[in-house]
Amino acid sequence: MSFLDDATLQNLESKANQIRQSIVSMLVEAKSGHTAGPLGMADIFTAFYFHILNHDPKNPDKEDRDRLILSNGHIVPVRYATMAHAGYFPLEELKTLRKFGSRLQGHPERHMLPGVETTSGPLGEGLSQGAGIAYAGRMDKKKFFTYVLLSDGEMQCGLTWEAGMFAAANKLGNLIAVIDRNNIQINGTTEDVMPLEPLADKWRAFGWHVEEVDGHNISGFIDAINHAKAITTAPSMIIAHTIPGKGIADIEYDFKWHGTPPNADQGAEFLKELRTLQGKIEGGHSE
Amino acid sequence: MLNIKLQLDQDVLHPDTIKLKPTRDGFGTGLIEAGKKDERVVVLCADLAESTRVEEFKKTFPERYIEIGVAEQNLATVASGMANYGKIPFIASYAAFSPGRNNEQIRTTIALNDVPVIIAGCHAGISVGPDGATHQALEDIGLMRMLPNMTVVVPCDAFEAHRATVALAQLGKPGYLRLGREKTPVITTEQTPFEIGTAYTYVDQENPDVVIFACGPFLHTALLVAESMQKDTTSVSVVNVPTIKPLDTKTILEHTKKAGAVVTIEEHQRAGGLGSAIAEYLVSEFPVPMEMVAVNDRFGQSGSLAELTKEYNLDQDSLTQAVSKVIQRKSI
Ligand SMILES: Cc1ncc(C[n+]2csc(CCOP(=O)(O)OP(=O)(O)O)c2C)c(N)n1
Ligand SMILES: [Mg+2]
Repeated sequence: MSFLDDATLQNLESKANQIRQSIVSMLVEAKSGHTAGPLGMADIFTAFYFHILNHDPKNPDKEDRDRLILSNGHIVPVRYATMAHAGYFPLEELKTLRKFGSRLQGHPERHMLPGVETTSGPLGEGLSQGAGIAYAGRMDKKKFFTYVLLSDGEMQCGLTWEAGMFAAANKLGNLIAVIDRNNIQINGTTEDVMPLEPLADKWRAFGWHVEEVDGHNISGFIDAINHAKAITTAPSMIIAHTIPGKGIADIEYDFKWHGTPPNADQGAEFLKELRTLQGKIEGGHSE
Repeated sequence: MLNIKLQLDQDVLHPDTIKLKPTRDGFGTGLIEAGKKDERVVVLCADLAESTRVEEFKKTFPERYIEIGVAEQNLATVASGMANYGKIPFIASYAAFSPGRNNEQIRTTIALNDVPVIIAGCHAGISVGPDGATHQALEDIGLMRMLPNMTVVVPCDAFEAHRATVALAQLGKPGYLRLGREKTPVITTEQTPFEIGTAYTYVDQENPDVVIFACGPFLHTALLVAESMQKDTTSVSVVNVPTIKPLDTKTILEHTKKAGAVVTIEEHQRAGGLGSAIAEYLVSEFPVPMEMVAVNDRFGQSGSLAELTKEYNLDQDSLTQAVSKVIQRKSI
């Protein structure tokens, strides 16, 4: 049951598709960078920047803004693309990704681009920082929410669980984390490399409110965020099941696309596929 | 100009025919040789098998490959336990994370325990390029060099990395091996000697104005500078110092006395690196004018190797200027 009307939802889906197109173009231009994760998280980033967050692209530092921490910094192309579409900076600048002198560093840096909140890339450090922000905000009776986006690979980092213990111990109801549960990492699937399941049970055992959602169902995701916001006595963990490489049939689910950019020819093919999908979304036949 | 005895690659000074290969490739082949020679050799990796080049070892000796996942602190400490038992573990990740993230685990459970774990820090230096500052380890030599019991090796090319890997497997002590991502010049050959703790004289001038001590792929820049400055009748000796700890103080002192001026070059912070190690030694033994070409208290950033080399003053021009400057200082 969703609270979104059809027009809003269609708008968000269309936005997510445009963001995927930008990601593909950026990576082709950069000739290095990560493809699978950013494409898989485009729907969730769209939901955040175009529906969930209290934020102002023209005033990225406004005091009461919700904080969105990206822990798995390697998927930052999706953040840059979404921020550009939301009006933080010109779309044109996306072409500078990973280039010398660019504000769009290969992994995000706090002082480079207003609105990225923190530096990341080395995995596993986002949940602790988010917990610190949430804790400090609460000390000052601030009303904003702190959202932390995590990858499933980061569930293997001990620090993630140290943060989990801290956040639950301190009942950080203003902290909401989302796991990009795409089942892949570099050496293969997470369950082959270092199994994570039963992941939801683990977070529950750590004292978190846990929900599992389809990470490509934007309205379902927004519902889960709303439930999480209503829980004030515990931090929330939303396990979002996503498809790595989502939108490009040939590369979906394939861990080899973790850190490989499309070349120019592949990029052209990918864009064609996404544009066809765009037509379907706008025609109202997305599913 | 090049020392014939060392049988260096003939094309090393020829821009058209020079061969390029990343040092991590030599680590990959070295591991196979080390694994064949000694069945105690095991490899542990934190979700970076392909890019650290341990993939081939994994295929050759699947039962001696251990996957840790994204958990560098566990990587170091599980390896410590295995070494404690009697294995010879190599741990492979990026230098920013190992020995970056797991520094204290290395300090206590590997160095203080004095067990033979070899830490392979890949993708070190600014040469990781587009990944940017988070991934460009520029302090790893310092971190490892400050630990008692630790040996620190920075190979200049893939062949040297191969030999260093084989040698480190038999060291019986903690070791750090620094490796790069980018393809860099092949300087040595399979015949070129390598021993842990030895510095090698690549360009030996009779009356040198300056000696350059270098480690890692930037040794190549030193060779180019020695060649080009020779045309202007400036005489530059070049010494490859692959082992930063223990330092080959005998060779370093000999060359310093002969030249009376020293320049160092490395892809690392000035604080704590090769130049710093040599300065610490010379300041009490034989102080002479000295210049260090290194990253000077800045983080890296995204860019190509060429762009970053220029931005951080590690290019041929910067090294040439440092040589000229140190010669001037000598005459004051
Ligand atoms: C501390 C740390 N160790 C290793 C890496 C290298 N690394 C980058 S992404 C990645 C895979 C992690 O899996 P996940 O984040 O789930 O990747 P994805 O789903 O985006 O493919 C690894 C090991 C890193 N960035 N940080
Ligand atoms: Mg993943």
